[in-house]
Amino acid sequence: MDSSLKIRVLLTKIGLDGHDRGYRLVATALRDAGMEVILTGPWLKIEEVVSIAGQEDVEVIGISSLSGDHLLIPKLMSSLRAAGMADVLVIVGGIVPDDDVPPLEQSGVARVFHPGTSLGEIITFIQSRVAMQRLARE
Amino acid sequence: MTNNGSKLDPAAQWQAEYARTADKRPRCNRSGIVLKPLYTPSDWDGSRYAEDVGYPGQEPYTRGIYPAMYRGREWSRRMLIGLGTPEDFNRRQKKMLATGTTAVNFIPCNSVFRGYDIDDVDPLLVGTCGTAVNTLEDMRIAMDGIELGDVSLGMNDPSPFTLLALILVLAKERGTPWEKLSGTSNQADFISHFVANHMFYRLSLEGSRRVLLDHIVFTTKYMPRWNPLSIVGQHMQQAGATPAQALGFTLSSALYYVDLCVKAGMDPDSFVHRFTFFFDISMSFFEEVAKFRAGRRLWARLLKERFGIRNPVSLRFKFHAQTSGVDLTRQQPLNNIARVAVQGLAAILGGTQSLHTDAYDEAFATPSPETARIAIQTQNILSEESGVADVIDPLCGSYYIETLTDEMEQKAREVISRVDQLGGMFEAARAGYVQSEIGKSANEFQARVEKSQQTVVGVNKYQLPEEECSRAAAQRPDPDLIAAQYDRLRRYKAGRSQISVGNALEYLARATDDKQINLYEALVKAAEAGATHGEMVKTLRTKLGFGRPHDEIAGVL
Repeated sequence: MDSSLKIRVLLTKIGLDGHDRGYRLVATALRDAGMEVILTGPWLKIEEVVSIAGQEDVEVIGISSLSGDHLLIPKLMSSLRAAGMADVLVIVGGIVPDDDVPPLEQSGVARVFHPGTSLGEIITFIQSRVAMQRLARE
Repeated sequence: MTNNGSKLDPAAQWQAEYARTADKRPRCNRSGIVLKPLYTPSDWDGSRYAEDVGYPGQEPYTRGIYPAMYRGREWSRRMLIGLGTPEDFNRRQKKMLATGTTAVNFIPCNSVFRGYDIDDVDPLLVGTCGTAVNTLEDMRIAMDGIELGDVSLGMNDPSPFTLLALILVLAKERGTPWEKLSGTSNQADFISHFVANHMFYRLSLEGSRRVLLDHIVFTTKYMPRWNPLSIVGQHMQQAGATPAQALGFTLSSALYYVDLCVKAGMDPDSFVHRFTFFFDISMSFFEEVAKFRAGRRLWARLLKERFGIRNPVSLRFKFHAQTSGVDLTRQQPLNNIARVAVQGLAAILGGTQSLHTDAYDEAFATPSPETARIAIQTQNILSEESGVADVIDPLCGSYYIETLTDEMEQKAREVISRVDQLGGMFEAARAGYVQSEIGKSANEFQARVEKSQQTVVGVNKYQLPEEECSRAAAQRPDPDLIAAQYDRLRRYKAGRSQISVGNALEYLARATDDKQINLYEALVKAAEAGATHGEMVKTLRTKLGFGRPHDEIAGVL
């Protein structure tokens, strides 16, 4: 895959919460860093995330969760695998209690970003992981 | 003094010495007001004391809305409670009442916030961040042993106010007259939800407006002690608005709501005194104190200017304040106790009527009983150990505070006049203007943090390795209790008169088309007939439109 290709990222929220300051900030930062960002509204169903990710051919899905919706992410991960999208990089940002991080990682989430993370750290993480994945695919 | 040219006057001497020794990089507060290093009588000389400051309980209310302020009655210490099942809520609320709280602040589960019964959502999400109450039976359990007329009920119950409807039916059942109920519909400000807190946004803009108007009319008629509308700056400031923007936009909303009721034929003096406000308190200490002082003065002035309101009771800017969740850090969480104390102090010195202090673990969990206790004890320490409540409006007369109060009023007025130009807050929100301004401020603040122009202790300065921090495990509701609640809902639905429920929901649906029927009265009737929270919201969503802020917005995000 052409390494100069813009990284396409889907930023979204699943479940019930509607706090959107976090993922809108991240969306701006990723766009400023040269990525294509598809930003959805809140409350998407898992099937909707899978379908948008497929249609938009994204390499990264970012889930923002501020109030418990991260508990649904393992279900999202199985749906992605079932749809043949196991190679999409899934990252999570927001308020995730420490105890809930290992189950998310075991389900295939690449990284959980906690409050206080700098935007630069998120950008670097995405860029390096996508670059590795693109190399692996060549 | 004979002057040989070497002797400067003290002000000039200070200026010269300051210029030699100070770090001269400009400093701004969060609202973008440039701060001088020193304020003197040349900034504020007290000559407009009578017009701009006055006495507590008198216009323009800068010093407080009541003559005695905390010498008469201290601010109420309100804590939010919400976790698990109605049984959990009831247990915890009774404990809080036993420790001296007189207010119930009910936080529903996210599924309830979104307008669903629990059988419409994934059980994993039920009861994690609030209490799941769907039916009259749930409400009976939640309020068991709590005398509804004796407590102040803070209902975090967005439009169409289904939980209050369940409370009204319960009161009727127990023989408690509705006139005795006091409290607030805390989440009635749908514009604030549309622009800054989507979780509470259930019905379309027009639909929410119709329900709110009928709710105000209903409570004015039947519940004279009820505050039907709290206008919320807290959501906007948490979403990134500066304190001056939060104040300006909130007052713009308030003006819009007053106008809505006046145009519907209501006399302002019959309802304006039951409108209250709810603000966030950031770490910017003096700015927050000035925001509250400016807010009181500006509200009284705007009501006089725009509606000719003269009744002093209507001019009082009553507000609740909550310390800032976004200022809390996950890193070194015990530091948050210090942050909450500073913010709580700002609200008290700003003359709040009511205060919620955040628990230090809110950046990573739903508060535990211990962290919630520390939060309330922080208020007790401020109130009873520090002496800060002994003297009314103690910062008054400070050259800095008075200048800043004037400047915050001016900044908020600028925000209000831009909103006016766009046709008022309803239109400004629908056009996406408010959201875009808030978003810009959020980006600017984050950029300052990233560049370390704004210190956040433990995050961009004085960091420690992760393992040195202690974080308690998250609280989870008991899965057996949640499962039992699903059973209870099933039994409740099976055991009612389906015909009565069907008829009542049909009447509710019809009321949306008929302005002669009070929609809220129809909703209370539906609750009485046994309709669930989710059924009532669904009926109104079908008729009035499902609130989708991203689709309803006319501008670009």
